[in-house]
Amino acid sequence: MTKLAPSPSARLLPVSLAANPVLSSWIRFSSEGHVSVSPGKVEIGQGIVTALSQIAADELDVDIGRVQMVRASTAGSPNEGVTSGSLSVQQSGRAVRQACAEIRQIFLAAASDRLGVGIDALDIKDGTISGPGNIRTSYWELAHEVSLDCDATPGAVPKLSTQRTLAGNSVQRLDIPDKVFAHPRFIHDCALPAMLHGRVLRSEMSAAKLTGMPEDGARAVAGLVAIVRDGNFAGVVSETEDGAEAALKALRKSAAWSSGETLPDEDRLAEWLQAQPSEPTVIDNKTASEAGEKKRTIRRQYTRPYLAHASIAPSCAMAQWTGDRIHVWTHSQGVYLLRADLALVLKLPVENITVEHMEGAGCYGHNAADDVALDAVLLAKAAAGRPVRVQWSREDEMSHAPFGAAMAIEIEADLDAQDEIVGWRHSIWSNGHAARPGRAAQPALLAATELAESFPRTISTNPPQANGGGADRNSVPLYDFPSWQIESHRLLTMPIRTSALRTLGAQGNVFAIESFLDELANERGEDPVDFRLRHLRDSRAQDVIRSVAKRANWKPDKQTGCGYGIGFARYKNTGAYCAVVAEVEGAEDINVKRLTIAVDVGEAINPDGVINQIEGGAIQATSWVLKERVRFDRQRITSSTWTAYPILRFSEVPEVQVELIQRPDMEPVGAGEAAHGPVTAAIANAVFDALGVRVRNLPITRDRLIAAMELTT
Amino acid sequence: MPRIRFRLNGVETDVDADPDRSLLDILRGPLRMTGPHFGCGANECGACNVIVGDRAVAACDTPLWSVADKDITTIEGLGTEHEPHPLQRAFIAEQALQCGYCVPGILMSAAALLMRNPKPTGEDVRASLDRNLCRCGSHNRMVRAVLRAAAEIEAR
Repeated sequence: MTKLAPSPSARLLPVSLAANPVLSSWIRFSSEGHVSVSPGKVEIGQGIVTALSQIAADELDVDIGRVQMVRASTAGSPNEGVTSGSLSVQQSGRAVRQACAEIRQIFLAAASDRLGVGIDALDIKDGTISGPGNIRTSYWELAHEVSLDCDATPGAVPKLSTQRTLAGNSVQRLDIPDKVFAHPRFIHDCALPAMLHGRVLRSEMSAAKLTGMPEDGARAVAGLVAIVRDGNFAGVVSETEDGAEAALKALRKSAAWSSGETLPDEDRLAEWLQAQPSEPTVIDNKTASEAGEKKRTIRRQYTRPYLAHASIAPSCAMAQWTGDRIHVWTHSQGVYLLRADLALVLKLPVENITVEHMEGAGCYGHNAADDVALDAVLLAKAAAGRPVRVQWSREDEMSHAPFGAAMAIEIEADLDAQDEIVGWRHSIWSNGHAARPGRAAQPALLAATELAESFPRTISTNPPQANGGGADRNSVPLYDFPSWQIESHRLLTMPIRTSALRTLGAQGNVFAIESFLDELANERGEDPVDFRLRHLRDSRAQDVIRSVAKRANWKPDKQTGCGYGIGFARYKNTGAYCAVVAEVEGAEDINVKRLTIAVDVGEAINPDGVINQIEGGAIQATSWVLKERVRFDRQRITSSTWTAYPILRFSEVPEVQVELIQRPDMEPVGAGEAAHGPVTAAIANAVFDALGVRVRNLPITRDRLIAAMELTT
Repeated sequence: MPRIRFRLNGVETDVDADPDRSLLDILRGPLRMTGPHFGCGANECGACNVIVGDRAVAACDTPLWSVADKDITTIEGLGTEHEPHPLQRAFIAEQALQCGYCVPGILMSAAALLMRNPKPTGEDVRASLDRNLCRCGSHNRMVRAVLRAAAEIEAR
């Protein structure tokens, strides 16, 4: 075995391991020949369970079949905050890799003692540690005498990329068989003994007050266990699910509500965003050493609407009280964060609350998963110790869950006599992009704002720039313009509830920057690929653009009704590089025919998993661009069904080709959010190429095309 | 209440329930068959699709009375890990999902298609899955998986 000197970077523990240093909290060997891996991140359809199994099996030298992944729970999992921001592989993966590397060394040392040979003479194969002359032991044989209840130290060095056998391979996802054979795995499909069913009554009017609620109708429904009312929060508990539905229906019929809060005019969103009281922040400033001479300034405004997470499954949770202790089952992205907010609402110490993760459908950010957990907790108070399962309706999911924030973005470029960019100003008006639970002194859960002793609604904020920012995510150009000023105005009012949706502000900012660059290249009569390459110094950025241009045969000959566009970004400016060429056709309705994508995520632990994430992100982004916009009148969200909030269908989905640029020696970064911004921009640029019409207000629907055409002529 | 009889995944079944209740309620409730998923309750997403006779229908929008004496197949009746349906094998081979919540309904729509049309084109597959929603963007993989399953059945 080769011994490696620790590299300077290995002396620092990965962030998740530094926060949760006890090795046994991550990895345990059971006597039956299995190894339990217990990450703080959760499966949300991104395949993290499989990628982490690969990493652990590789580093420990065990068969991947021996790895058992433990679902996150506040009862003992490492606290890794929230599963978001494409950080699961980056944070959990590095922690698991580092912990396993050290554990491997600890076991080798123990085996060396027991077998009486030096560590260098030992080898590990599928958990069996053997040495010369057929001497052998194993992780499991040694497990009872080796304690892992110790803190990780920064000394251990993980294997070199060339020594790994699983990482870098497209191992089949471990959760897929359960899902195609419909073994109950989703929280929605699990039933606890003696479980009751709950439903919550909510007005379709935003922030309306419950002024009356005659209960006779609901009381007459068979199976009713309880009607719960606490201020504006109301719900029913029933022996059966359809009993709960029927009782809710009766309650809805009799309930009286005050009028709610006035919502903005959905057709004048940009004006509304810019007119609200806001908190301005200068995100970045760059001053030119030699300022070029400005001859003219071009200014453009781009907007994106509110977007719904629109999970295929309505949010669901279960809760059970035992005395003053509560156990919650949830598909929340952050079990500890949810626990912190539940403690605030319930005024209980966190020790009294156990929050356990179970899989839900894809959430794409902060949807109603956390809200429904509090609903279940509140209804379970009336269940005399029996567990209560609560599931939201489709309508509630589409109107009461947080939305991705609408954005207005203005960019100005100062151009010199040769139309080269000498100055750049980028301004954003948007609600904050994060109001996740567990991060503030006030809870961020919906029902908390409805209780008699209510908490104020959390006005969304933006994560710090060090974490990639929020509304400002990807607003600082990766291009080497000589100077720039980037600023963000966070709204201090929030009539429409917003929180994290995949990419936060990056989709809007990349759409704006990459559209504007296309406009500027067009002004100069320069090819947009050349224009981008000329302004990029980062060779990995250049590589994805060159690769995608080559693969898409950039630029194919012009055909009537067809167009090609390019978009590029490095997610958060620190994550995955992604370049996209879109091919569109159509006149009144745009059809995206093909998306050709090149992506660089550093080390790809599971290449097919990365490609799957990129394909999925590209298709979801196409849906956002062509179809999606949360609709509302002045009182209520009106896009509360799939008819009113259409998403891309099978017949509308483009062909997607993904080229993965492998860099096994680079730190792995996530892939889940890399494609959205570049795809959005590439489609908009392709629409311009096809029709000569620049659509600056998403989504690119027939109406928006007509409006843009009128503006052009 | 009248007893309503049907064959569920080949098994004679009878239920004593309000005939106006949805088939999905009955399957997920008293019959504890959780493969068909609730998504919208309005026949708009396909997550609860099951096969009645030879057609894929949304169980949430199918009243119990309408399935009297019919053959119903749910994902539970499609195949098992030991005897997988070619579609299930193909979905694993193509890694054709991300979260998988929509998959039971999509498999049933695809199975109904293959019963009617054993040699579909890609366009046929897209058309037959057009009422099924997938939010993760796994569509192209799913189409490839259905074509793969069709080819496997054909080669038998």
